Amino acid sequence: MKRFTLVLIAAAVFPLCAAAQDSAEVLSRMKALEDRIQALEQEIQVLKGQPPAVSAAAPAPQPAPAEAPQVAAQSTSVLGGAGGAASKVLNPDVAVIGDFLGAAGNSAGHPTPALEMHESEAAFQAILDPYARADFFLSFGEEGVTLEEGYLTFPALKGGFQLRVGKMRAAFGKVNTLHNHVLPWADRPLVTGNLVGGEDGIDDAGLSLTRIIPAPKGLFLEGTAQVFRGDSGDLFHSYKRDNLSTVGHLRAYRDIGESTNLDLGVSYSRGHSAIAADVIDQLYGMDATVRWKPLRRAIYHSFVGRSEVIWSRLEQASRTATPFGYYVSGEYQFARRWFAGARFDRSDRLGSTAVDASGNLLVNSAILNAALLQDTGGSFVLTYWPSEFSQIRGQLRRTSYGENRTANEFLFQFQFSIGAHGAHPF
Amino acid sequence: MMVHMKPLALLLAAVGVCHAAGKLNVVAATQDLAALAEEVGGDRIAADSIAKGYQDPHFVEPKPSFLLKLQKADLLLMVGLQLEIGWLPPLITQSGNSKIQVGNAGNLDMSQFCQILEVPTTQVTRAMGDVHPLGNPHYWLDPENGRRMAKALADKFGELRPADRAYFAQREADFEKRLTEAEKRWDAEMAPFKGRKVITYHRSWPNFCERFGLDVVDYVEPKPGIPPTPSHTLEVINTMKRDNIKLVMVEPYFDLRTPNSIAQATGSTVVILMPSVGGDKQITDYFKLFDYDINLLVGSFNKVK
Repeated sequence: MKRFTLVLIAAAVFPLCAAAQDSAEVLSRMKALEDRIQALEQEIQVLKGQPPAVSAAAPAPQPAPAEAPQVAAQSTSVLGGAGGAASKVLNPDVAVIGDFLGAAGNSAGHPTPALEMHESEAAFQAILDPYARADFFLSFGEEGVTLEEGYLTFPALKGGFQLRVGKMRAAFGKVNTLHNHVLPWADRPLVTGNLVGGEDGIDDAGLSLTRIIPAPKGLFLEGTAQVFRGDSGDLFHSYKRDNLSTVGHLRAYRDIGESTNLDLGVSYSRGHSAIAADVIDQLYGMDATVRWKPLRRAIYHSFVGRSEVIWSRLEQASRTATPFGYYVSGEYQFARRWFAGARFDRSDRLGSTAVDASGNLLVNSAILNAALLQDTGGSFVLTYWPSEFSQIRGQLRRTSYGENRTANEFLFQFQFSIGAHGAHPF
Repeated sequence: MMVHMKPLALLLAAVGVCHAAGKLNVVAATQDLAALAEEVGGDRIAADSIAKGYQDPHFVEPKPSFLLKLQKADLLLMVGLQLEIGWLPPLITQSGNSKIQVGNAGNLDMSQFCQILEVPTTQVTRAMGDVHPLGNPHYWLDPENGRRMAKALADKFGELRPADRAYFAQREADFEKRLTEAEKRWDAEMAPFKGRKVITYHRSWPNFCERFGLDVVDYVEPKPGIPPTPSHTLEVINTMKRDNIKLVMVEPYFDLRTPNSIAQATGSTVVILMPSVGGDKQITDYFKLFDYDINLLVGSFNKVK
């Protein structure tokens, strides 16, 4: 339309000076003008595709032919970095990760739904101001919405300290820090369920201080100290305001070569047990991870071996229970899209056979007197990644529960992520 | 009292001078940027890098050992355009180093100085594959962008070490001169092959191919970041046969099975070009990167005449 208007203007102006010329010349000049208008329009399009400010030091942009079919033929050449939609540019990075879980087989009294939209996690992350960033992870489960994490991070305080304030997964071991979608399994190890608060784990409101500790060359040492309100699912409970829980973690990491590295950690946590106000639960943990990824074929082959060992000490006056558990896991990537893994689990569990009128297990301090039950499990896992943003997983799991019941189950999982491409935790 | 204070003052002054004259610690996301930093910074900087030249820069593990480098950095150079989005942001946050945090003087995104190709002008979706919504980040493979980055680095180094501003400017001028001479040589070597059609594995080469007059007709990947599929491989084979394309350019970190089968079906040659400094032992600087790739290309073109 614009082009048509310009041609009309040109056509109106032209007769004045074209009176003495023959019609062929007029037509030829009109054609030339039309071509010029088209060229100018194309240049305007090129300019529109560029950010408003161009570095003074940089030379003028040169239009370049498009290489990709999905990019327009014009304005493929932009000088001066990236532009962006102005109205959205300060919005946080948003991502939603879906976790669909299915289960089949004999669950031996520990049932999970046959099919469930287990979790939909919404992540909102952005730099807050020149001093801090903020991260929110909302978890939409089948039974409601919880704030899985929501915290403010001051990444670079004086003295190399990093402060985090808000609700967060505690730095106890490895699995406790990980969201469901980055786990190499469809479930969490038995020891997590029995001793460290289950799927949610130690996840509470509090403060976290982290610092890289000076160490001999090549060794990475990092210490983390955390204080929480003291409420973490069925693990810790804050009966009074001063019933705070604490977590400490020391991490040591070293590259063994450019492809292999070793990551070790020790953790400690203390809080008032959810069993009773006068029961103190102390957790001691050790974790070890070995990773192998050949850099030249990093997208095709890798291996991660991991183990966590956890001791719990529950004390109440003269009564003490010391359940213990661990898992050993390995995952090997044998093709660009395929991963195969296995896990062995063993964990003690506080046992109780006392039930209330509704048939629910009684959970009180008397449980400390009962003999510990031991659960043992093993899993084989096969994971397929259609792309970086989705994965399909099958897991065969056999669990022998302490009550002499054995479960044989097949778990299957679809995970999918839309939105911003966040970094995976290491 | 004054007599006692004098040695202390002298000592403090000496420490101050030593600190001021200390090398500028530069950590670059890739070896290419570290190489350019060394060209401009000379012996007044200590340059280190994170991603190796032979690894896929999209998929780098954010190892804690990198934090040890970043912790002491005065300046972090990054490619930008979301190339490092999967690994660099958490490293920056965890480094505990205020200088290199986003928005501070020690955080420099080099893409802002360069000519960027393949900037999408339509709605970007992941149906397009792992497309970079801000444009193709492999821009360092055009020497003209190398020149622009060198200028920007001289400015930045001068800003952070004002006393050495003239030194950096002189090094940058010298780099430009040598680059201009090298470009004449590269242009002459590539001139006979201007307009040649090629296939590349990933979209790593738009700047390189535009600069040296190669025409990328298709890719081994059906879409960016999506592994080859049989149907697309067949399309590529048909295209190569139809257009008589004889060269498949592959980055060193991709599996060679599909490129080799394409080459076998079409009688073409697979050439493993290095997209980065450090990709091969002999590629120790920015000049040698182009020397290496152009030498390989010329040899391959001559072979498949």
